[in-house]
Amino acid sequence: MEINSPQFKLNAKTALGDKQLQGALGHVRENFTGKRAKARAQLPQFDDLRQNARAIKDHVLEHLDVYLELYEQKVLESGGMVHWARDAQEARGIVLDICRKTNAKTVTKGKSMISEEIGLNEFLQDNDIEPIETDLGEYIIQLRGENPSHIIAPAVHLNMDQVREEFRKAHTHLPDNRPLNEPQSLLSEARGILREKFLAADIGITGANFLVAETGTSVIVTNEGNGDLTQTLPRVHVVLASIEKIVPTLEDMAQITRVLARSATGQEITVYTTLSTGPRRKLDVDGPEEYHVILLDNGRSKMLGNEFSQMLRCIRCGACLNHCPVYQAIGGHAYGWVYPGPMGAVLTPNLIGIDKAGHLPNASTFCGRCEAVCPMLIPLPKMMRSWREKEFERHLSPYSQRRGIALWAWMAKRPKIYRFVTSIAARCLSVIGGANKQINRLPMAGGWTAHRALPAPHGATFMALYNRQKGRR
Amino acid sequence: MSARKTILSQITASLKENSGTLTSQADRMTAAERRVNSHPRGVIPDLTTKSGSSTLSVFCEKAVAAQATIKKVKSYAKAGSAVQSFLRQHNLPQQIRTGSDPKNSKLVWDKNLAPQILVGPSDGNDLVCLSHALGAVAETGTLYLISGPSNPTTLNFLPENHVVIVAEKDIRKSYEGMWKTLRRKYGKGKLPRTVNMITGPSRSADIEQTLILGAHGPLKLHVIVVEE
Ligand code: SF4
Repeated sequence: MEINSPQFKLNAKTALGDKQLQGALGHVRENFTGKRAKARAQLPQFDDLRQNARAIKDHVLEHLDVYLELYEQKVLESGGMVHWARDAQEARGIVLDICRKTNAKTVTKGKSMISEEIGLNEFLQDNDIEPIETDLGEYIIQLRGENPSHIIAPAVHLNMDQVREEFRKAHTHLPDNRPLNEPQSLLSEARGILREKFLAADIGITGANFLVAETGTSVIVTNEGNGDLTQTLPRVHVVLASIEKIVPTLEDMAQITRVLARSATGQEITVYTTLSTGPRRKLDVDGPEEYHVILLDNGRSKMLGNEFSQMLRCIRCGACLNHCPVYQAIGGHAYGWVYPGPMGAVLTPNLIGIDKAGHLPNASTFCGRCEAVCPMLIPLPKMMRSWREKEFERHLSPYSQRRGIALWAWMAKRPKIYRFVTSIAARCLSVIGGANKQINRLPMAGGWTAHRALPAPHGATFMALYNRQKGRR
Repeated sequence: MSARKTILSQITASLKENSGTLTSQADRMTAAERRVNSHPRGVIPDLTTKSGSSTLSVFCEKAVAAQATIKKVKSYAKAGSAVQSFLRQHNLPQQIRTGSDPKNSKLVWDKNLAPQILVGPSDGNDLVCLSHALGAVAETGTLYLISGPSNPTTLNFLPENHVVIVAEKDIRKSYEGMWKTLRRKYGKGKLPRTVNMITGPSRSADIEQTLILGAHGPLKLHVIVVEE
C-alpha cells in the first residue's frame, strides 16, 4: 500500500475542507462514542475485565516465543499448516505459493488489517489472481480503489449516494433504473453479487482476532457472516495473523472478547465469533480441505524490546479512533497508511519508520481520551510523546522549530537574559494584542493564528509581578 | 536462518532487553503450560437482568435483544410443529434442509403436512435450514454450533432463515460453561474444525452506520428452546 503519511499536513487540510467527508464523520462522533458509553455503563465489571484483559496480554507478551511454539504445535496436531513470515514480502510470497499450488483464480477475503498492511490485493492482482473483498465496507472501497479509513468501519468516510453511484457503475448487468434508495437495497444487491463469488472462490483468506495456544485455533469476530462464508466454502482457508494475536486459553479469549465488541460497536458480543481449528475432519461434509496460518512479524518482535511494546496489547477495537478529536475532524485517510488515529500514530512509525510517519505522533491534542477508552489500557499519549522525542533527537523536526527550541534552551539556562527578553516580549505582545488582548496574526506563527486567537499577556512577566508583590506579604 | 527461527530468537532477544533478567526458556514454557492447563476463568459478569436471573430467562432476553426470535416448547416432539409454525408465519414453503443429527428423529411433524426434509450441506439454494446447537450461553444469548455431518457449517450461513433447536439443559450461564462442555466432549486442547458462536441474525452497519439485518448470513434467526 502506498505510503502517504509524509503529506499528513496537506491531507489533513484537504480533509477539513471536504464537506461530504465532514458529514460522514458526524456518524463516528455520535454513534460509536454513544454506543460504547452505553455498553460500558451496562456492565459493572467492565473495568475489572479491562484490567484482566491487560494482564492476560502482558503475560502473553512476556512469554510470546513459548506461546507461539505451543500454538504452532496444536495447529499441526489438528492437521493445519503454519508459515512464518519475517516481513510483508515474505507473507505475500507465502500467499502466492498457496495460490499457485491450488491453481487459484479467485480469492475471497474476510476483513483483515494484516492484508492491508502487507498490500496483498495489489500484489495478487499483479499476479493475475482476483482478490474479492467480501465485508460490505471493504467491498465498497475496493470498487472505489480506496483504502479503509477506519479499522473496523472501512467505508465510514462515504455516504449512501456515493455507494449507490459506485454500485451502478460496477454492477452493469443489472437494470439501470433499479431503485437503490435505501441502505437495505444496496445491501441486498451486494449480498446477491457476493454470493456467487463466495461459491466460486478457490481460496478464502481471513484475518484473526485471536490465536488460541491451548487448541491451535484462530478466531474471527464479525457481524455480516462474510468471514464465515469466506472460510467455509472454498477448498483452502488461509489465515493472516500477526504474532501478537496469541491468547493462552479459551477463557482468556472470552475475557478479551467481553471488552472488544463493547469498545468497538457497543455490542455485548458480535453476531459471529468463529473458532477455526485445522481443516475439515474426515466425516465432515463441508469446510475447507486445507488450513494454513501465516504468522507475520513485520517489526513486532523488535517492538517487544522497546518503549512501544505495550502497543502490542492492541486488539484493534477502534475506540481510540472514535474518541479522538483529530480523527473525528479529518478521518482516516489523512494518516496516509493502514492504521489511523492514535493507535496508528504509535504503531505506524514502528512499522514504516519515523522518517515517513513523523507527523502522525504530532497529530494529537493530548486530551487523553484515547487512553481513557482503550480497553487494553495502552498509554497512547505517552507513546506519542516518546515518538516526538525521538523525532527531535533524530533531527527530523523542521529546522525553524529546532532553532527556536535551541535558542530558548540557551536562554533558559541564563536567567538574567531570559527575564530581560521575556519582559520585552510580554510587553510587545501586550501591545500587539490591543485593547481586547487577543492576537490574531503573528509573524512565523500563521499556522496557529489562522484558526484561533492567541491570548496576549497583560504586559508584565510572572517574575516581574512576583517581585513586585513579594514586598506586600 | 529460517523465518521461524529469526522471529523466535528476535522475540527472546527483545524480552531480554526489556526485563534484563529473563527466566530460562524452560521456565517460561512451564509457566505457559501451567496457564494453558489450569485455564483460569478471570472476571465473570453478573447475570442479573430485568427479567430475573434464571439462566433461561436471561438467555431469552439477550437473544431477543440481539434480534433473534424465541419459542419455548416442552419436548423435542413438539419442536417439530414449532419449526413448521415458524414456516407458516413467514409464508415459507414447508421445505427444510438439515444435517444428520439424530435429534431430528425425535421431532414430530404436523399430521397431514410433513415438510420436505433435505439432508446434507447447503449449496446456497435453501430458504430454511435447521440445526441443533451443542449448547448456548445466557450472558449474551449466544448459540454454540459445531461443524460435522450432524450440523454442517454451511447451514448456519447460507439460508435466509436459520432455525436452531437447543435444549434448556445445555444452556450455560457464561462462555466458561461452554468451554467446559467442549473440553469434555472433544478432549483437552482439541476442538472440531469450526465452533460457531452465533448471537442473532447477520447484520451490517457499513452504509452510513445504519444497522440493517441480513447481511451475508441469515436474515432471520429463530431459536427453539426445548425445556425437557
Ligand atoms: S489502541 Fe486500544 S483503543 Fe485503540 S484500537 Fe487498540 S485496543 Fe482499541
